This record gives sequence, structure tokens and C-alpha cells, in this order.
Amino acid sequence: MTDTADGFETDYQRVQRSDEFQALKKRFRNFVFPMTALFLIWYFVYVLLADYAHDFMSTKVWGNITVGLLFGLGQFASTFIITMVYARWANNKQDAVAERLRLHIEEGTVDGGAGEVA
Amino acid sequence: MNTLLRFADDTEQIGEPAVNIAIFGIFVLITLVVVFRASRNNKTAADYYAAGRSFTGPQNGTAIAGDYLSAASFLGICGAIAINGYDGFLYSIGFLVAWLVALLLVAELLRNTGKFTMADVLSFRLKQRPVRMAASLATLAVVFFYLLAQMAGAGGLVALLLGIEGTAAQGVVIAVVGALMILYVLVGGMKGTTWVQIIKAVLLIFGAAVMTAWVLAKYGFNFSDLLQGAVDKAGDGGEALLGPGKQYGATSMSQLNFLSLALALVLGTAGLPHVLMRFYTVPTAKEARRSVVWAIWLIGIFYLFTLVLGYGAGALVGPEAIKAAPGGVNSAAPLLAYELGGTILLALISAVAFATILAVVAGLTITAATSFAHDIYASVIKHGQIRPDGEVRVARITVVAIGILAIIGGIFANGQNVAFLVALAFAVAASANLPTILYSLFWKRFNTSGALWSMYGGLISCLVLITFSPVVSGKVDPTTGDSLSMIKDTSVDFHLISLENPGLITIPLAFVLGIVGTYLSKEKSSPEKYAEMEVRSLTGAGSEKAVAH
Repeated sequence: MTDTADGFETDYQRVQRSDEFQALKKRFRNFVFPMTALFLIWYFVYVLLADYAHDFMSTKVWGNITVGLLFGLGQFASTFIITMVYARWANNKQDAVAERLRLHIEEGTVDGGAGEVA
Repeated sequence: MNTLLRFADDTEQIGEPAVNIAIFGIFVLITLVVVFRASRNNKTAADYYAAGRSFTGPQNGTAIAGDYLSAASFLGICGAIAINGYDGFLYSIGFLVAWLVALLLVAELLRNTGKFTMADVLSFRLKQRPVRMAASLATLAVVFFYLLAQMAGAGGLVALLLGIEGTAAQGVVIAVVGALMILYVLVGGMKGTTWVQIIKAVLLIFGAAVMTAWVLAKYGFNFSDLLQGAVDKAGDGGEALLGPGKQYGATSMSQLNFLSLALALVLGTAGLPHVLMRFYTVPTAKEARRSVVWAIWLIGIFYLFTLVLGYGAGALVGPEAIKAAPGGVNSAAPLLAYELGGTILLALISAVAFATILAVVAGLTITAATSFAHDIYASVIKHGQIRPDGEVRVARITVVAIGILAIIGGIFANGQNVAFLVALAFAVAASANLPTILYSLFWKRFNTSGALWSMYGGLISCLVLITFSPVVSGKVDPTTGDSLSMIKDTSVDFHLISLENPGLITIPLAFVLGIVGTYLSKEKSSPEKYAEMEVRSLTGAGSEKAVAH
């Protein structure tokens, strides 16, 4: 993965190459990228409906509560839900691994490497 | 919102200016004491710029809410909903959803890789001096537009609340606001500024909560009945308040304008330098995450309050009365307070609104000063050969310079469109900053050339498109014949495009320029630096630690 032809590698490169870090990175990207795509698509669906589908959005569901209002409140709900899901996921799945790798680097105990952090 | 300063001579003064001044004076006194106490430990650059990285997540989250909920959020959105109904609600949604970009993609990674400013992260694995220069210029541009908006709002709003008429007297008010703000930032640094923001956020959210409960109680806690009240009060065509389109649905151009605004809002927040800088005031990335979670809840709940308050102002005060009042659209929230609780509640809410502007302006000023001292002075001019206390001295001098500039700018901008200036700051942030932040965090091949293309391309295209848009010249009210642009002389018209917010063009352009610039340069990214940045950003290894006193 990393070019080691010159025989010199920093601690950061060694950690970057490790399976543990690669798994951490993969989990992170597999979570945040699809989640970002999801909320952006949902946001722009909403924006386009509000911008171009006035009649649909003005349809009354109950009393004076319109479809548009429910969609708008849905944006609030989805934002709160994604926030809590992400925070819980990061606390449970990522923090312990990140902390272990951080201590390895800062204490200079990266597997197979000298203590020097370049 | 050009009506901010439109005085109606025959309108009676609402409330008691003396009570307003007294309550505001108490706020200033309390915050000054807090700022002086907080400043006793300001020793190092990390203390001054990043409050020693000693705030907890909930504290910083509250301060972020204090920073973010500016006068545009409180007065602007309440007024927009009261007058335009549903279309005003769209602003709050864009402002809120934008925080997910910051939470998922930026906050923690930035905290782990940077030190004081946005440029720390952008220049991490690229050429320091040119990238810092570009990032700092973009920061100063965003802060400038944001600051101008707040100062213009401060002059108009406060002058109205205190019953001060005439441009000269309002100029004095702006100068007083500016001087207070300089004092806070000069003495308190980031720690003092943060405490001012925390106090203000608590007051603002609490005040809005009380008013919201009050309004809902008047309608038996039935939101549908409240909406009916707003529809009835608006008279003919009141039904239009319930659905979208009243403000932005007029023409296909106004629909495009709305789309552009929506894009700038959702991508702007994560590129706002004063928001990004707040992530450095906490000890770890985990606390940065907690900050954003707190901020999202506080900001989201506040925007739900403004939905009730906006329709409440529409129902209890009425759009006609709001438009006719001094301050026009922006007076919806204070008028509602007066309607509900009389002079005392009006004075309280007005003091909170005043405090809001003061706190936001202080946050912007310290960001600009840090960026200039840390990025341009210390890194570009002095090549990093400067002691940290020398850098802080430059930052303090910069605070005074920016304060004076803001006062002068505010006096000139007095009466200009506040919402436009804020949306402009968001567009510049989303175009000039966000693409480079994301590329440098996530794209290995990205290099200096790509960063410069994207930042300068985004910044310049934004400024050019705005200059030649109807916002600056050539927009005329079809019924009255008055100019709706910044240039009040209707015979001056050099607008070339009809798009009012440049985001729809400049944001995609800046993303593309980042890619083009990267591939046009032979410069390869350094694998060592990329490894360091990637590992640090995800693990927090080697990140800046909290200052222990």
C-alpha cells in the first residue's frame, strides 16, 4: 500500500498500513458517506418539492397542518435521529479503537517500529 | 428586509426606552464581570485563541448555538414566517440540516488535525504559505460579510428599540456596540467570548421558550388553531401562509434563487470559519462531537420555537401591523413580546436581541484576528519565526483594527439588507472553503494547486457574480419604483445576471476547480504527510492537548 522501497517508514505510515486502522477507516467511511448522501438527497427532495410542487405541499392533512409542514418537521426529525444514531455509533464502535491506536503512537509502541514519530 | 430603518413618523414608540437601556445595561455589566474573571488565565496563544481547549462539549455546544443563532436567525426568521408563512420556515431547515455536514464530515477530523484556524488543516499536507494565505483571505471575506450584516442589524435594531432616530445618532449606537465588542474580545480572548456566547444562548433560548409556551397557551396548545389565527389575521389570501411559494414562487427565476439559497445554506455552515474555530476550544475530538450534538439539539429546538413565534406574530400582531412598525419585518418578535407581556417582556427580549448581536460580532472578530495573526502574520510574513506571545499581540492589534473597520462598515451598511449579507457569507464559505476542507481530509491525490484553484476560484467567482447581480444594482420595485439593490440610485444599473445568490454556480464550480487544479499540477502529495493526516484525523494521535493551569 505504502511505498517502502526506500526502507524508511514513519510510525504514522505503519499505523496507516495496519489492519486495525484500515478497518477503522473503512467503518468510518462506510458509515458517514452513505449517511451524508442520504440526508442530502432527502434535503434536496424536500427543497425541490417546496420549490416546484406548491399544490402538493399545500394539501391539508389534518386541520391546517399541510403536507409541506409535515415534510419540514420531518427534516427536523431526520436531523435529530441521524445525530443521535451517529453519536451512539461513534461512541460504541469507533472511540475505543481510535484511543488504542492513539496511545500506541503517542507512547511510541507501534508494532515493529522504533519509537520515533516523524 | 430593507425596511429595517424605515421609520414611520406617526408610529408611537413601543415600550419604554429607559427600561430597555436598563435591562441591556445589566446584561453588559454581568458579561463584563464574567469576561474579566475568565481572562485571568489568558497566558498563551492556546489560551487566547482556543480558550486553553478547556471547555466541555455541552458548554461548547451552547456557545456554538450562541454563535450561530444570530439576529438573522431570531428576528429574521420570525419576521419571514409572520409575513411569508411557510417560505420563512425553509431558512431554518437549511440552517439546521447543514449541521449534519459539520457533524459527520468535518468537526472531529478538524479538531484532531488543526491547532487554531481552518488554515491549519488545509495547509497540513500542502505548501504552507500559499495555502494559508488563500485560506486566510477566504476567512476574512466570510467574516467581513457576516460582520457587516451584524453591525448593520445592530445599528438599525438597537436604534429602534432604544428610540434613537437619525443616521448620526445611530452611527453613535453602532460605535458603542463596536467598542463594547472590542473590549470583550481584547480582554477576554476566546474564553471571555465563549462565556458571552453561552450566557446569550441560554437567555435567547429560554426567552423564546417562554414566548412559545405563551403563544401556544393562547390557542389551547393546538398548533392548527394558531395557524388558523394567522390565516384569519392576514385577511384575503391568508391561506397562502400555510404552503410554500408566497415569497419564492413568483417566477422561475425566484425559484432558481431559492434553489441557490438552499444549496448555499446546507453547505455553508461547515465552511464558516468562526464555527470551525469553536471546535478547537474543547480538549478532544469526542468533546467536539458532543459539542455538535448539543448544538444541533439547541439550534433545532430553537428553530421549532421560531416556527410558533413567527405564526404567533402573524396571528396576534398581524402582517400589516408588523410591516408598518418601525423596523418592519425584523420587528415581528419584539412586537409579539410586547403583545404578550407588555413593556417588561419587550425590554427583556430586546436586550436578548442586542446581546445576540454583540456575542456573534465578538465571535467573528476573534476568528478574523486569529486568522490574520496566525496565518498571514506569523506564517506568511514572519515564516513562523515569531514567539507565540508576539503572535497574540498582533492578534490583539488586529482585533482593534477589525473593530474599527466593522464600525465604519456598519455605519455605511446601516439600513442594508441583513439577510442578503448573511446568505452571501454562507455562499462564500460553501464555495471558497468547503471543497478544499473535504478534499484535503478525504482525497489522497489532492495537492496545493487544487487547493488554490478551488479557494481562489470559489472566492473570486462569488464576489464577481454578486457584484453583477441585482443585489448590487438594477433591482427596482415594480410598484413603487424604488431601488431594492444596495446602490440606491436606480439610474445606475450594471447587473448582468439575475441570480441573487451565487451558490448554485460557484459551489459546483469550486468543487470542479479543485479537481482540475489538482490534475494540472505534477505535484504529488506526500505519502508521509497523508498518512500522518489520515491517522491523526481518525485517532487523535498527536492532536493539540488542553492547557493545564
